Amino acid sequence: MKTELMSANYAAAHAIVSARVGVVAAYPITPATTIPEQIALLSEDGIYKGEFIRVESEHSAMFACIGASSTGVRAFTATSSNGLLLMHEALHWAAAARLPIVLVNINRSVSPSWNIHVTHDDSYSQRDTGWLQFYSASVDELYHTIIQSFKLAEDERVLMPVMVNADGFVLSHTLSTFDYLEPEEVDKFLPPYNPPHWVMDPSNPVSHGNIVFPEYYQEFRYAMHEAELNAYKVYQEVERDYKRLFGKYFGGPIDCYKCGDADVLFTSLGTVGSEAKDAIDQLRAEGYKVGNARIRMYRPFPVARVRELAKRAKAFACFDRGLSYGFGGPSVNDLRASLYATEYRPLVKSYLGGFGGRDITVTDIKEIILDTHKAMEKGDLGPEETWHDLR
Amino acid sequence: MVTVKEMPLREYVLKGNAACAGCQDMVALRHAHKALEGDVIQVVPACCTSVVQSLWPKTCMDVPILNTAFMAAAATASGVKAALKVKGNDSTQVMVWAGDGGTFDIGIQALSGAFERRTDILYVCYNNQVYSNTGTQRSGATPLYAQTSTTWYGKTEPEKLLDLIVAAHEPAYQATANAAYPRDLYEKFRKAREIKGPRFIHIFVPCPQAWNYPVEKGAEIGKLAVETGYWILWERVGDKFELSPISKRYQDPAKRKPIEEFLQIQGRFSRLFKPTRDEKRLADLQAWVQHRWDLVMRAFT
Amino acid sequence: MVNEVNTEPQNRKQMPKTSYSRPMIGSTGKTGSWRIFDPVIDYGNCSKCRTCWLFCPEAAISIDEDETPHIDLDYCKGCGICAEECPKKCIAMVRSGETKEAPV
Repeated sequence: MKTELMSANYAAAHAIVSARVGVVAAYPITPATTIPEQIALLSEDGIYKGEFIRVESEHSAMFACIGASSTGVRAFTATSSNGLLLMHEALHWAAAARLPIVLVNINRSVSPSWNIHVTHDDSYSQRDTGWLQFYSASVDELYHTIIQSFKLAEDERVLMPVMVNADGFVLSHTLSTFDYLEPEEVDKFLPPYNPPHWVMDPSNPVSHGNIVFPEYYQEFRYAMHEAELNAYKVYQEVERDYKRLFGKYFGGPIDCYKCGDADVLFTSLGTVGSEAKDAIDQLRAEGYKVGNARIRMYRPFPVARVRELAKRAKAFACFDRGLSYGFGGPSVNDLRASLYATEYRPLVKSYLGGFGGRDITVTDIKEIILDTHKAMEKGDLGPEETWHDLR
Repeated sequence: MVTVKEMPLREYVLKGNAACAGCQDMVALRHAHKALEGDVIQVVPACCTSVVQSLWPKTCMDVPILNTAFMAAAATASGVKAALKVKGNDSTQVMVWAGDGGTFDIGIQALSGAFERRTDILYVCYNNQVYSNTGTQRSGATPLYAQTSTTWYGKTEPEKLLDLIVAAHEPAYQATANAAYPRDLYEKFRKAREIKGPRFIHIFVPCPQAWNYPVEKGAEIGKLAVETGYWILWERVGDKFELSPISKRYQDPAKRKPIEEFLQIQGRFSRLFKPTRDEKRLADLQAWVQHRWDLVMRAFT
Repeated sequence: MVNEVNTEPQNRKQMPKTSYSRPMIGSTGKTGSWRIFDPVIDYGNCSKCRTCWLFCPEAAISIDEDETPHIDLDYCKGCGICAEECPKKCIAMVRSGETKEAPV
């Protein structure tokens, strides 16, 4: 393990080398572009030893990954916003074909109008495809989550593709130090990919994807659901092994900071959750009992962990940087739904903001947490949904 | 040309499948696989071929088949090829088997991209000139005046000359074939098998269902297409163009059967003959035959 | 590798987790039941040229060691192309009178 200084995108490109990925197929889109650019350079320099397909669209990028993964080779791609949306059909396909592909999505606003800065609409709108979803908040976390994702995806109890998200520009283009692992070091954690069920191989011909009638389709879908639910437990094993082998741990499905005795918990996804730690420290210094619960694993939604936190916390201030139009913040509603079948009824307030890359600062986060704190003290929820920085 | 008795007996398309009786796609598929002898991964986008495989958990194809989304055939094949390269497998063919919809229309982008990248795949378009699998809607390959379920009184545009589009990508090998000439088809697949780089074979495949003809005439219609000069059999190895022996004769318009003989037998052209003969439209179609000859010969010679 | 497939699974315990299919003859059942006309070869005139075998869309015609073609009536769909193409015109399409296998 050696310390390197790079942007998150460059680190992601290097993760491909560390994880011995076999096929990368990617199409440029800001702010993910520097990932395929670096992979191209690493490939032409002979450092990345797999194949790099310079596809002609994101839809083709994911299907090329599907073709490669179906032939038994570890596959990867990277994209953002409209590129991710263009792949939508392919995302459903990869998940239902149970192919352990890893995708890095650099969160960017969807268009029109053109906005290249961070909003989480792109990945939020892919929640139901069956892809596992992680949100990272540092260069080091992105790099290592990518490597962990291959292990998680290829586990026979899972066999589902994984999307690792990173905020556009805020994280993708920010340089920071991280701990780089050589492929030989990763080998003891991540064995070669060996598809357990089917693979395209002339010596053992199978058809994949021909018609499945109503008698059986539902059961295949149930198997996907089961696999994704398994991922919650399998990821914790993956992280435990990772900590043992490399001494690194990023917090599990929810990265909790000072949550133990907190009355108010601030939840969020992505870099806002990293800024929030400063907000927590400052508020704690002022005497408030508050904590940060940064959601890392968004699908499968960490229901069990949320319920544990709700046992003690009196209120949740849930921040969403994206929206399910006409209904509300995706993570806050998933959290509310997770608690409904229990007896826990903390106050849950939804905050929306930071769209189109609008900056969310430590001051903003403190305001949000204090707003929820006030509601908790008054015992009055107030508005269910607040747009924090709407002009 | 290979003789019938030299063609291998082993079948890779297994009987008792879901194809329509008389399906000419299956004839083409049978002989393509006899030429490739099983060392192939076949990528099939949404089309008739994805349905004739039958229902899970059974399939009629004794080769690996990767079914994929409608517009993604060539992209998926690019991924398969890259994976084989990573595994050090230089011999297994990656073959796309796509209909005219998945090639001319929705699949054209992926095809263009894969060929521009010089991907070493064999892309086969079996052309029944319509979106047959979904119930015979028109495609970019549907000929002028043909009736389809989205052009009830006849298509008002001629078919796209896809071979010229493919040629613009300068493939390593390009050919047209016809299910009614299986030995010629077999030879072309044998030749394609030996060449590396992007290769394209365009097969004319009558469809009894979509074209509405007596099912036993399947091979006859294919032959009439060539004998009227409508479908031209040729191949190009790199830049070197050659008319196939069968079609050489029909380069001379005087040797061609009138296009009516091809049209009359098909229900999809019945409006050209009933209730009265549409002389103008028949003349247009007859002229189009020479038009295609002119364009092909001018482009390639 | 798990790829033996139970061809008549009754519930998900008898199904693999992923939807791959195995090649088999008769994947859509005994398609011979589709026929209205049966092909009948007049072996007296058959020249064993294999034209019928060449054009059969179903691959339902096999060639034995002594070159004789045999049509598998379990699967032949009765398209009649073999009869149409036979150069000796020695295949007749005869309307089926016999009871056929029930469709699967």
